[in-house]
Amino acid sequence: MRSPTVNPPHSSENVMNRIDALFTRLRSQGRRALMPFLTAGDPELEATAALIGEMVTRGADMVELGIPYSDPIADGPVIAESYTRALRTGIKLASIFAMVERLRSSERVEAPIVTMVSYAIVHRHGVTAYLDRAVSSGVDGLIVPDLPVEEAADLCRLATARNLSLIQLVTPTTPRDRALKIIASTTGFLYYVSVAGITGERRELPPELADNVAWLRSQTKLPVCIGFGISGPDQIRQLAPVADGLIVGSALVRRLRGAAERPRAEVVGEIGGFVEELARALTLT
Amino acid sequence: MPAPATSPASTALPDALGRFGAFGGRFVPETLMDALNVLAGAYAEAQADPAFRAKLQDYYANYVGRPSPLYFAERLSKLVGGADIYLKREDLNHTGAHKINNAIGQVLIAQRMGKTRVIAETGAGQHGVATATACALTGLECTIYMGEEDIRRQKLNVFNMRTMGATVVPVTTGSRTLRDATNEAMRDWMGSSEQTHYTIGSVVGPHPFPMIVRDFQSIIGQETREQSLARLGRLPDAVVACVGGGSNAAGMFYPFINDDEVALIGAEAGGRGPNSGDHASSLTQGRPGVLHGSFSYVLQDDDGQTDDVHSISAGLDYPGVGPEHSYWKDCGRVRYESITDAEALDAYHVLARREGILPALESSHAVAQAMKEAPALGAGKVLVVCLSGRGDKDAYEIARLRGEPMG
Repeated sequence: MRSPTVNPPHSSENVMNRIDALFTRLRSQGRRALMPFLTAGDPELEATAALIGEMVTRGADMVELGIPYSDPIADGPVIAESYTRALRTGIKLASIFAMVERLRSSERVEAPIVTMVSYAIVHRHGVTAYLDRAVSSGVDGLIVPDLPVEEAADLCRLATARNLSLIQLVTPTTPRDRALKIIASTTGFLYYVSVAGITGERRELPPELADNVAWLRSQTKLPVCIGFGISGPDQIRQLAPVADGLIVGSALVRRLRGAAERPRAEVVGEIGGFVEELARALTLT
Repeated sequence: MPAPATSPASTALPDALGRFGAFGGRFVPETLMDALNVLAGAYAEAQADPAFRAKLQDYYANYVGRPSPLYFAERLSKLVGGADIYLKREDLNHTGAHKINNAIGQVLIAQRMGKTRVIAETGAGQHGVATATACALTGLECTIYMGEEDIRRQKLNVFNMRTMGATVVPVTTGSRTLRDATNEAMRDWMGSSEQTHYTIGSVVGPHPFPMIVRDFQSIIGQETREQSLARLGRLPDAVVACVGGGSNAAGMFYPFINDDEVALIGAEAGGRGPNSGDHASSLTQGRPGVLHGSFSYVLQDDDGQTDDVHSISAGLDYPGVGPEHSYWKDCGRVRYESITDAEALDAYHVLARREGILPALESSHAVAQAMKEAPALGAGKVLVVCLSGRGDKDAYEIARLRGEPMG
């Protein structure tokens, strides 16, 4: 990989990253974060912008924005199909960043936004170019699910220099000594993958989940959030006591199937209602 | 980024991170990292175990039928003119292609690791058949992912896989070819690696796969080297192999990498021509990028999305290539060229008529490249073609293309 030595143009060490600020605030209030996942451009980019605004209004603390990719090997059918729908609209990375920029400037959306993006895409645009544009558009962090810790050193350094969080994943198959290495190069929050497998809703979550997350939380001050497999309010209630935040992806993306043929207001309202239901489950635990 | 074109190619790669120069590595979800580390350890142990090597040798000799012959194609050489063309007859292996060399090796590793189930992706179906064969031989459960388009093109292999007890899962996403089958196999492995081994079929994917597959396929180049020295008293002047993911080429080239006097030439799928979507020439028309867990030449657009590709041959219909080929290309050790569908089809018919050998459409690309190289090399020179597989599987598709379907 290349290892550029240019000075980061957007370094802002004195300003707290939105993600860090969020978790500081939530911890002082004894609350957990709700993080819905959406594919950028499904059903199309204008709808994504409207959905983000609505979700934040109805209780989302942070938004994970999936950058559609043609070959997502970590994703189950629901998100993979959502990526395919988005790519069919001809969506490009530049228009996704422009959409985020507009949300920040004219819509005044202040919730943290994190991109979930394949390293194939980051590499093609160039690591520094990707990170610089993420910063200038108002993105707060990134998750690169196909970049394991061995390959992530450069990206971690360059992201940190830009005050961007690099959120890394720990899974049920990660040995504990390896988890400690991952923690050492993670900023923002640690993403605990609840199940060994691809994204998608699960009826049952593994029994050792709570223990694994408790162990991680004993090893780091970073917030630990749980994702993969969370399907609705019941699991939110079950997991909220053990984590700092919960990520809901497929359960939400599934509701966007066929959304292109429906009135946007109806789709946005329905997703907003689902997010509100999740947020209520989270608050009541 | 890529290594300078002047550095000599090393055979002591990959390094601990799975790198061949700038290429290779592991670009996979964290969920797979432990499985890859465990596999790398198990593979190193197996290679150090004389009993494992003896067992593999026994299967190669008595089950696969190795060594495969090095045959002097005299009538083809006369027709083409110039160098003497020899064919390394991997098509005569049990199951009809080089794929069995790797499949047996990996399934024996899976068995050593205590896995009960094996999965694989397949394009032309040769790797699927080889894996189904190795699983029947060892009693392991077998699931093969295959694109719907390839199932249509390669009916015979699908039938044979099922006959040997494998489950063939049609892949209906994306272009419904090898790339999509690879995605599905990786997704399966994400959730099943505890009891399942993923027998990848080419020198692609995350480390240690490109190394493991190259090592098992290197029997091709080793035999060719020995046969050439024994028969001709010298090494060939040039060696040609087709390159999709690049396993037969890697196995053929690797033992010759340090023999500077031997020219190594890879033939990629040029499809219908050089426009995007019409070919599968990752090395000659692509650029370095990430696909299927490894950093290598890929066919990708400016946004990092994988391009659609095309080849008449299902086994070469793939938008990426093994990372060691990318390394060899940038070192200048191997020259990569592109062969069109029409040239491959022509070579298929030439070999059928002149030598009574029906090559696989994949291997026909190598034959077509050899027909271009031999006159340029000139008389008295020796050119070896890796005839990686036989053409039985392609008969229906060729008949369809000729407008005389067999029904």
